[in-house]
Amino acid sequence: MTVLDTAVDMTTALGSVPLVGPVLTASGCSAFGQELEPFVDLTALGAVVTKSVQLRPRSGRPTPRMAETPSGMLNSIGLQGPGIDGLLAGELPWLAERGVPAFVSIAGTRVEDFAELATRLRGVPGVLGLEVNISCPNVESRGEVFACDPLAASDVIAAVRAAADPAQPVYAKLSPDVTDIVSVARAVTEAGADGLSMINTLLGLVIDPDTMKPVLGGVTGGLSGPAVRPVAVRCVWQVHQALPEVPILGMGGIRSGLDALQFVLAGASAVSVGTAVFHDPSATARVHRELAAALAERGFSSLREAVGYAHR
Amino acid sequence: MSTSRAKGSYLTQPAPKASQPPVQREVEVVSARPVGAYVELTLAAPEVAQRAQPGQFVAFAVGGPMTANLLRRSIAIAGTGEGTVTVVVAPHGPGSTWLAERRAGDTVDVVGPLGRPFPLPGSGTTALLVGGGYGAAALVGLAGLLRSHGSRVLAVTGAADAARLCSVEELGAVADRVEVTTDDGSAGRAGRVTVAVDELIGESGVAYACGPMPMLRAVADAATAAGVPSYVAVEESMACGIGVCMTCVLPVVGSDGQTRFSRSCTEGPVFGGDRVRFADVGSLPWDVVGADAMGVVRP
Ligand SMILES: Cc1cc2nc3c(=O)[nH]c(=O)nc-3n(C[C@H](O)[C@H](O)[C@H](O)COP(=O)(O)OP(=O)(O)OC[C@H]3O[C@@H](n4cnc5c(N)ncnc54)[C@H](O)[C@@H]3O)c2cc1C
Ligand SMILES: Cc1cc2nc3c(=O)[nH]c(=O)nc-3n(C[C@H](O)[C@H](O)[C@H](O)COP(=O)(O)O)c2cc1C
Ligand code: FES
Repeated sequence: MTVLDTAVDMTTALGSVPLVGPVLTASGCSAFGQELEPFVDLTALGAVVTKSVQLRPRSGRPTPRMAETPSGMLNSIGLQGPGIDGLLAGELPWLAERGVPAFVSIAGTRVEDFAELATRLRGVPGVLGLEVNISCPNVESRGEVFACDPLAASDVIAAVRAAADPAQPVYAKLSPDVTDIVSVARAVTEAGADGLSMINTLLGLVIDPDTMKPVLGGVTGGLSGPAVRPVAVRCVWQVHQALPEVPILGMGGIRSGLDALQFVLAGASAVSVGTAVFHDPSATARVHRELAAALAERGFSSLREAVGYAHR
Repeated sequence: MSTSRAKGSYLTQPAPKASQPPVQREVEVVSARPVGAYVELTLAAPEVAQRAQPGQFVAFAVGGPMTANLLRRSIAIAGTGEGTVTVVVAPHGPGSTWLAERRAGDTVDVVGPLGRPFPLPGSGTTALLVGGGYGAAALVGLAGLLRSHGSRVLAVTGAADAARLCSVEELGAVADRVEVTTDDGSAGRAGRVTVAVDELIGESGVAYACGPMPMLRAVADAATAAGVPSYVAVEESMACGIGVCMTCVLPVVGSDGQTRFSRSCTEGPVFGGDRVRFADVGSLPWDVVGADAMGVVRP
């Protein structure tokens, strides 16, 4: 810690829940936190955002699941995970024992799945809140992704908000693959979302010039990393402009403190670091340090003052 | 591998975790030396060296601070010295080519040691070590460790041609016997490693292999057919190397007899050879735990 960064008040909140710092992991990019323990002090993170969990254990998709792209990557993991029983028995107690706050990402293919997950997570020690991954195909709507339809998205969020522990804020995680992200943001907030996480990955495709076929087993995949950052900052900007009272957890290509600063200035009150962790397992701690220094250099005495500054 | 095999009928146990956690360090290259088609880099990395066990690997950031290639490159640890770690790099795509271009005095960001090491057999067990291409380098440390535990060590190293052979001298210095094969006959015997493996497996109590997947499969099958336990260090495409991304999975049978998509980086890279379902790599068999949730049902 330098003198500069300790001078800035870096505390923030997810909805009504206070956080020690604004930097979180991103869902699916730090598993359940355990593997990062050799590299960072997990208790100093805002929270560990866990890999999206569903009701049942999932194998995920066959390999290959990944393709490197310029300043990013394409993934098609297919939400491999232990299911809610495994999470409640193994990963969440591990985090709670260490005092590491968990922001639990939930996913499903029908509205009731999401509601059941929220019910199972009520009052679970260490669970700060829920991030609802609505970038999942809706089985009741021929596989259309919830996040791409304001109505379907708000159905999920309303059901989760009704079922969830009132003390746990519910964040809706938005997809950038929509024509008008503000209308989705407005719909889910009206349905009860306490905040918005943005952005999830963008749908992409890579073709191998040698085999002349798509690289990924799942054909398309989600694009992440610094390549998507300007899209993410634009989404945060548009939504904050339209809904300035709604807290935003910003993400998409954050690799440095200055990247995080862009999200804060655009309107995010906390940020998630995803793909950059693959490059640098201590990225979350470094981004926190660099962001604190960057705020201090610009004369901010607290993170909160900088949230949305670019709009003023 | 049969999927109907009973729970207890495996010759191997899953490899246990390493004894120490990895570190992340910016380290200096102390020497770079061409070896045939490869480049051997020696790094001043005392904390990695002190923790490393044979079978483990390191993961490099490539391309420098402004790089657009964000994913880590995994490279097996070929040996450790006084505060140093040695790796053998085969230039392939942009990342490994960048690594192979490092010279003495350059610095690299490395995370390691990663993954599970090779489990050791009871002392005095004759061990067959099979390395394909640069994979042979990862077996040198194991050979030394086995010898110090009283094992007789038989080594087979093979490659497409003489330039792609690796660590023949180093293995020769520790192993009781070394067989060399090349596909084109430009060094040693002409043919695949399996020619020599078939001859030596009968006198071995355990087999270890590191190299390309088809070779690992052939060695594992030969060992299993002979009733010999085998451990293979797999090479699956990795993005992080530390267990957080889930890109590196293979269908592997666990100690409970159930197949899971297991992470090669943290649950491997060393797996029991009879536990990796090589024929199913790249597909989603119905009996993988959680396949039902993906809509794959029993035929
Ligand atoms: C446990 C382990 C040990 C290895 N040991 C060695 C070694 O000792 N010497 C050596 O030369 N190579 C080794 N490899 C392979 C090496 O990691 C790849 O050749 C290298 O990552 C390719 O990167 P690239 O930029 O050259 O190619 P690209 O194809 O451009 O790589 C793109 C991405 O795919 C991943 N990738 C591609 N091929 C492989 C592969 N075969 N294995 C893992 N990831 C891959 C890369 O990490 C990167 O994220 C090892 C791999 C593993 C998993
Ligand atoms: C390998 C991988 C797995 C991911 N898994 C999930 C997931 O399970 N749930 C989710 O909501 N987002 C998931 N994401 C999206 C990230 O949480 C994040 O929204 C996105 O990658 C953009 O941030 P980044 O550029 O910092 O990675 C995943 C991303 C990657 C790269
Ligand atoms: S390489 Fe990321 S989990 Fe194995």
